[in-house]
Amino acid sequence: MSITTARISSAQLKSAFVAKVQKNSDQKLLACYQCGKCSAGCPMAAHMDILPNQIIRLAQLGMHERLLASNAIWTCVSCMTCNTRCPKNVHIAEVIESLRDIAMRNGRRHEHLTIGDVPAETRAELPPIAMISAMRKLTS
Amino acid sequence: MKLIYYPGCTLKNHARNFDVSTVSSMAKLDVEVEELDRWNCCGTVHALGATNVMNRIAPVTNLVRVKQQQANEVMTTCAMCYNTLKRANIDVQKRAAALETINKFMYLDEVDYQGDVAVHHLLEYLRDRIGFDKLSARVKKPLKGLRVACYYGCLLVRPKEVAFDDVENPTVMEDLVTALGGTPVPFAQKTECCGAYHAVDNAEIVADRTNKIMSGATEQQADVAMVSCPLCAFNLDFKQPDARRLNPELQPMPVLYFTQLMALAFGCGEDDLRFDLHHIDPKPALAGRGLI
Repeated sequence: MSITTARISSAQLKSAFVAKVQKNSDQKLLACYQCGKCSAGCPMAAHMDILPNQIIRLAQLGMHERLLASNAIWTCVSCMTCNTRCPKNVHIAEVIESLRDIAMRNGRRHEHLTIGDVPAETRAELPPIAMISAMRKLTS
Repeated sequence: MKLIYYPGCTLKNHARNFDVSTVSSMAKLDVEVEELDRWNCCGTVHALGATNVMNRIAPVTNLVRVKQQQANEVMTTCAMCYNTLKRANIDVQKRAAALETINKFMYLDEVDYQGDVAVHHLLEYLRDRIGFDKLSARVKKPLKGLRVACYYGCLLVRPKEVAFDDVENPTVMEDLVTALGGTPVPFAQKTECCGAYHAVDNAEIVADRTNKIMSGATEQQADVAMVSCPLCAFNLDFKQPDARRLNPELQPMPVLYFTQLMALAFGCGEDDLRFDLHHIDPKPALAGRGLI
């Protein structure tokens, strides 16, 4: 087993990234005490590389590179199960949406989804609400 | 009295069965529904940014159209439309500055929006305004013996501010099925997400979710699953073959809108049910219970 050393400095905790996530999501990240209830009930957890409670921990620590490179922020579909169950009333889905926004609008536009890459037959069968919601969540 | 009805985009194409069964079953309940004039896209998903204004414009425009029709309430059946309209309404009621910006942007409309339109989902309207007793009295063909797995998905019950029933264990759909003479089955997955828009970019997730949800309905020996969201219906019905690739034992189960089961129980005909728009044909399951 390899040992990973994480260095945490007060500069990270007070970084512009942490401030931006807190402002855009209107959440206090340090309210989270890592009970893990969000991840336990998340219907998408099986498809995530990092779990919702880990997303909150990494956000508290300002580890933006790890967060913005994760697939988990794109796997979350804002079903709000975590939000309704959080004993500290942290809106995890709002935090994750703020991370998607930062990833897509970081100086220039980085689209997560290119509709042209979706196979034509898939596009033809999808109801409009699928296309519109995907574009609203996964494109800038 | 006319009730203003917001159908939303998908009820006018993929989910026409949801639209026609809504209008015809409401007529049987003596409620005249009038489609909202000049409605536009609801926005489909609520943008979660705390300072967002832009994504509130589409839903608020619809609420302005309700005012322009001299009404103060609007009913919708699509869970996505309901959620987006309701949350935008709550948001602008709380954020006066955002509402002022939206009203200024919409200066061509003479009506300023004041947060004063009530947004109702039809299930809520049936329970609270019509009443399941009255509804039950209109049943011509009770859904006797039909075992129904009531699937709420996310958007009728979350977040708490928009939920018109218990967040973890809602029962309004089961109560409707009972009023129609059917048998609601216990259903552990009834509020678990179907994968939603991952139908566009990640078919594996939808296949996995559909398998888990429909397997749960199968375990309870349901004949059909009942939904209120055209995206849930797409994932659970049209994507069932993908779920079956993950789990070859998953038996086909039809997925119906709650308005279709209502229209069926009220004695509406094929034109009001549109079973031709389903991927898994509901007719064998319904015929098996002697309902068609």
